[in-house]
Amino acid sequence: MRVGVLSLQGGVIEHINHLNKLNVEAIEVKKIDDLKKIDGIILPGGESTTIGKLLRDANLLTPLKALIQSGLPTWGTCAGMILLAKEIENDTRRHLEVMDIKVKRNAFGSQIDSFKKIDIVPEVSNNPIELVFIRAPYISEAGKDVRIIHKVENKIVAAKQKNILVTSFHPELTDDLNFHNYFIKMVN
Amino acid sequence: MERYELNKDLAKMLKGGVIMDVTCAKEAEIAEKAGACAVMALERVPADIRKQGGVARMSDPKLIKEIKSAVSIPVMAKVRIGHFVEAQILEALDIDFIDESEVLTPADEKYHINKWNFKVPFVCGARNLGEALRRIGEGASMIRTKGEAGTGNVVEAVRHLRQMNEDIKMVQSASEESLMTISKELNAPYELIKYVWKNGKLPVVNFAAGGIATPADAALMMQLGAEGVFVGSGIFKSQNPEKRAKAIVMATTYYNEPKILAEISEDLGDAMFGLEIKNLESNFAERGW
Repeated sequence: MRVGVLSLQGGVIEHINHLNKLNVEAIEVKKIDDLKKIDGIILPGGESTTIGKLLRDANLLTPLKALIQSGLPTWGTCAGMILLAKEIENDTRRHLEVMDIKVKRNAFGSQIDSFKKIDIVPEVSNNPIELVFIRAPYISEAGKDVRIIHKVENKIVAAKQKNILVTSFHPELTDDLNFHNYFIKMVN
Repeated sequence: MERYELNKDLAKMLKGGVIMDVTCAKEAEIAEKAGACAVMALERVPADIRKQGGVARMSDPKLIKEIKSAVSIPVMAKVRIGHFVEAQILEALDIDFIDESEVLTPADEKYHINKWNFKVPFVCGARNLGEALRRIGEGASMIRTKGEAGTGNVVEAVRHLRQMNEDIKMVQSASEESLMTISKELNAPYELIKYVWKNGKLPVVNFAAGGIATPADAALMMQLGAEGVFVGSGIFKSQNPEKRAKAIVMATTYYNEPKILAEISEDLGDAMFGLEIKNLESNFAERGW
């Protein structure tokens, strides 16, 4: 199994290190050819406007969208969630538009409002997991095929639709491997 | 400590990106559209500060607010070295990152800001490992090379990043019993020297800054190990800012692909006018310690 991490901008190496800890081969995805080598892809945190623009400029947007629509297991963290959403509440830009969710960018505020929370996410593990929110988005509306995995302050912060998983928070910034393990099971 | 971890984490999300100096809302929009991962709000770019002289201070809060409302990406702003009240003001404005910057005229010749007193993250300039670790010891969440801002000359940024890399290698290959002596020689906190010895890198993200003017400059800094770049005067002092901004963003992502670099370097118009370091009246990099 080989998992790609979209490597245009943002927190890439943190995801690669977590995958390696689970003995999964991970590669950076920067070019069209890289898409042919992977069984699943993680869209990392970073700036969605930057990554979205580079997806277009590098001609990756259309082929990646087609792959996700044809079932490639995909996980978007933070900015990755925004890239996957069909609707963005406070932005005119749209990117991959593959998941039936409406998201709000920087929904909790600016950096001073970034926070950590320890919660149990039963879908992923019975043990408490540290959830790190950095200028994070949340899901304000979800389509009927979207399964809600977790809420914080009554806002949807993790969800799944078929082959697509999204989280507002960053499991790659903690020592916990449960979410990566969960995603690897989706790839398998 | 939790706040500090969150602040270091925000810096990680900027990696592989370009942070652009902007002096108005319109420039901020151009920067965001070109793919900047953050903008630095200031009244004059370093090239103009250098040319016009006088005391350079924190920007007018009105300008910072206008820029904040014009873009959705993080907004940074500069304060003078040691000017903790300017920093308090920026924190009150909900700025995303403060740059305690040698580009502005220092307010304190002896002390930098005690950054632990703030919730908002700080980035600081450094010329070598000792300087970087002193700033981190004071609470900086991110480091950038000082380079020589406003010159369009990348040579100082290269010197500082190479020095940082060499210092890190030296610490890494040292024996454990020599770490206190190294700490003394570099004037750097022992615990942070120990971190570098164990991990072979800084405990925070490290960007390049000061003199980057072309896509090739950005790619050079990335190949030398920078985790992202700041571009100050290099964009809006060039002939075609929009096109150059886009090209520098591409170059920072595809820094290892000479064919792509060749394509995006084509027909960008004139770069900003560059200055020889030896002819400068003042070296900003020498401000701070």
